Amino acid sequence: MATIPQRIIHEYLRHDKKFPHVWCAGCSNGIVLGSIIRALAGMDIDRDDIVMVSGIGCSSRMPVYVDFNTLHTLHGRSIAYATGVKLHKPHLKVIVITGDGDCTAIGGNHLIHAARRNIDLTVILINNNIYGMTGGQCSPTTPHEAIATTAPYGNIEPDFNVCELAMGAGASYVARTTAFHTQETQNMVKEAIEHPGFSLIEVVSACPVIFGRLNKKGGAPQMMKDMRDNSVPLAAVEKLPPDKLEGKIIRGVLRKELRPEFCAQYADLVKRVQAKGGEA
Amino acid sequence: MKKTATTKSAPKPKTKASAPKQETKLEELQAIRERKTVLMQGNEAVAYGALDAGCNFFAGYPITPSTEIAEILATELPRRGGVFVQMEDEIASICAITGASLAGAKSLTATSGPGFSLMQEGIGFAKITETPCVVVNVQRVGPSTGMPTSCAQGDIQQSRWGSHGDSPAIVLYPDSVKECYELTIRAINLSEKYRTCVILLLDEVLGHMREAVRLPDMANVRVISRIKPTVPPHWYKHYDENQKYLSPLASYGEGYRFHVTGLTHDQLGFPTNKATEAADMMERLRKKITYNIRDLVQIESYKMEDAKIAIFAAGIVARAAKSAVVMARKEGIPVGLLRPLTIWPFPDDAVRKMLRDVDVVVVPELNQGQLSREIQRLVKDRSDSKLIKIQRVNGKLISPTDILRKMKEGI
Amino acid sequence: MNNYEIRLSGSGGQGLILAGIILARAAVLDKRRVTQTQSYGPESRGGSSRADVIISDQEIYFPEATNFDCLLALTQEACDKYLFDLRDTGTLIIDTTYVKNLALAAENTFELPFTDIAIEKLGSPITTNILSLAFLVKITGIVKEASLKQSIAETVKPAFVALNHQAMQLGFDLAEKYGK
Repeated sequence: MATIPQRIIHEYLRHDKKFPHVWCAGCSNGIVLGSIIRALAGMDIDRDDIVMVSGIGCSSRMPVYVDFNTLHTLHGRSIAYATGVKLHKPHLKVIVITGDGDCTAIGGNHLIHAARRNIDLTVILINNNIYGMTGGQCSPTTPHEAIATTAPYGNIEPDFNVCELAMGAGASYVARTTAFHTQETQNMVKEAIEHPGFSLIEVVSACPVIFGRLNKKGGAPQMMKDMRDNSVPLAAVEKLPPDKLEGKIIRGVLRKELRPEFCAQYADLVKRVQAKGGEA
Repeated sequence: MKKTATTKSAPKPKTKASAPKQETKLEELQAIRERKTVLMQGNEAVAYGALDAGCNFFAGYPITPSTEIAEILATELPRRGGVFVQMEDEIASICAITGASLAGAKSLTATSGPGFSLMQEGIGFAKITETPCVVVNVQRVGPSTGMPTSCAQGDIQQSRWGSHGDSPAIVLYPDSVKECYELTIRAINLSEKYRTCVILLLDEVLGHMREAVRLPDMANVRVISRIKPTVPPHWYKHYDENQKYLSPLASYGEGYRFHVTGLTHDQLGFPTNKATEAADMMERLRKKITYNIRDLVQIESYKMEDAKIAIFAAGIVARAAKSAVVMARKEGIPVGLLRPLTIWPFPDDAVRKMLRDVDVVVVPELNQGQLSREIQRLVKDRSDSKLIKIQRVNGKLISPTDILRKMKEGI
Repeated sequence: MNNYEIRLSGSGGQGLILAGIILARAAVLDKRRVTQTQSYGPESRGGSSRADVIISDQEIYFPEATNFDCLLALTQEACDKYLFDLRDTGTLIIDTTYVKNLALAAENTFELPFTDIAIEKLGSPITTNILSLAFLVKITGIVKEASLKQSIAETVKPAFVALNHQAMQLGFDLAEKYGK
């Protein structure tokens, strides 16, 4: 937060083109965008070398506002498009902005396979537990018994633990935070972009207008406070008794390990094949 | 599985000596690379056409009867420093090639009916975002899983109308192994020139058929690549309407930080809901095809000069038709053949002329009328002309004698 | 010369598609025009399997054999299925190891137990395809013998070239001695 906000905005946002944005008052997406921009501003990466890819949903509208190479794709397919961009130009930093429905429902297959390949993408999953853009339908992360327009009697399905899903599929960097923890988000984004491999950050976020209203969460300020009060840093988890962890969001870097990265593996393959007499 | 008791069945295969699909040996590939005359499959010709046109990115998912294309490119692309990646499904494949193209690659994928159906949304995205890429569809019998190793022409209309919304299509249709090579190059060239997803339709029999082919020297191969912008980045319009609908295309990572979206967009690429801008975009997509029909449409006319009967057929069926023309001519029947190499945009003008010149049109096709409905659309100008339809969807080919017989019955 | 249409037919696993490719490649070496198509799939796993080769000096339009100049049938089922698409003047070659009933009496019919011969002389039925193909080539003269030899060398895996050349020679010899 130390940098002058005005300068960052002018440098990183398409402030003269596509504003005002589409997000509702109280939405977390803008806060997460702020964290991402501040992370990038501190990283000395040429904007020309950043590609932001997204799917369909509220959070996926983010690329249109930022002055990078931007790609707003089909519902669920952002990771697949990003894979194509990254494989052809591995030097580009490819950031995927996605939501819970986009990434874990319709796009679940692409998520697990990108994680398995360990391709160097930074996936920022803004999890608001609902389909916001289309008016509040149930998503794979809508909590059990929560209300959605397609679960008017309460959601009978269990919800996904997105981070565990990514880790199970082989993601080499996995972290969770909330939109309330802007500095933590910023740090994680920086770390994830620097991490050479598939990284996923789940940013638990607030959708006061749709999810909050349907589930009587008390408005945007209250939902921000809840994120603060209902989350526990990973470091504190071991010290707390299990009953204190009930229903809590555990924040922190859940996995960070080095594993062969897909584009690097492919480059090695090319080198090996060409050394054996393939024409250049 | 009960077999009929009348025959003694042959021994069960104990060896892998005759797996139906032959492993492509590296020596064979070497002979192709050296541009000798070789026995080549349609699918191989597609792979080499792609490489010669400069394809440097393939993402795909295995599916019969197109798999050889992926297998050859898995061998050849790394040798040339290109990318081959097997994706998790066909949806991911079309997305990956579109993403790669936006980063500057010449990209291609290959599939068959079931995968082609899955790709439709992504094909629409490539069209609305005007991103060059090529989808090869080696057609098999549908619907659904159908008959994976049998021949059909059931995707002719899907290749035109498969993706939701109005979006003109460029679809090419070869009839020989050599033409598989040539039209693959043309498909990539047209995709680069017109900034769209071009589709190459193959018949299963053609994908697996072998013929002697000698690839031309690279000096004789015409390769088109997208026009790059020369304006400074802040002047760049991703869909510049002042460029005869064929506007320059920047790539990611080159300083032109443009936006691409599947939403209806303005000239810069930003989403819009304005009726005028939406109309402009739709007109642009339409006009870049319709204003360039002459460049896009290719048609072969065989013995049509004095014909009173015309056969209109594409792909492998056109080869049966050509044999039928030869047989009929020997009997003194004045028959000719009109064969579209470009099936979409449909060669309306050539068909109209054909309908003026002949009294009877025979349309043999391996589907339930996907080509003949287009002829019917144009035939209304001349109510006295006769249309003979020959349709088959059982996995067997239409033979020259089938055509000849039906033609004689009909006239 | 006009189109010369050959159908190699039998059961999945007998190597007929490979034989078709070898024959087509030999025709390329002879600088002839050629098309090779096949029927495979669920059918070729123990069911019937076929490979068509059309050799010509003119452009070949329809690539499937419809009126054969030569039919090789390695099973009863294939023989029964395709026999009547053979031209009146066509050459019929059958493997009597499996074809026990022949519904046609005509000249130009060649009957030998190819599979039994392959087992007896070469130790396994694996080379029946090449053995019978070489017999066909010698009888019909449709491609040069040297081209067939080269085509085999270019097509089969290096480790199997010698064995297949042995089978080819045996096929030539059988044709030479046939009827004598």
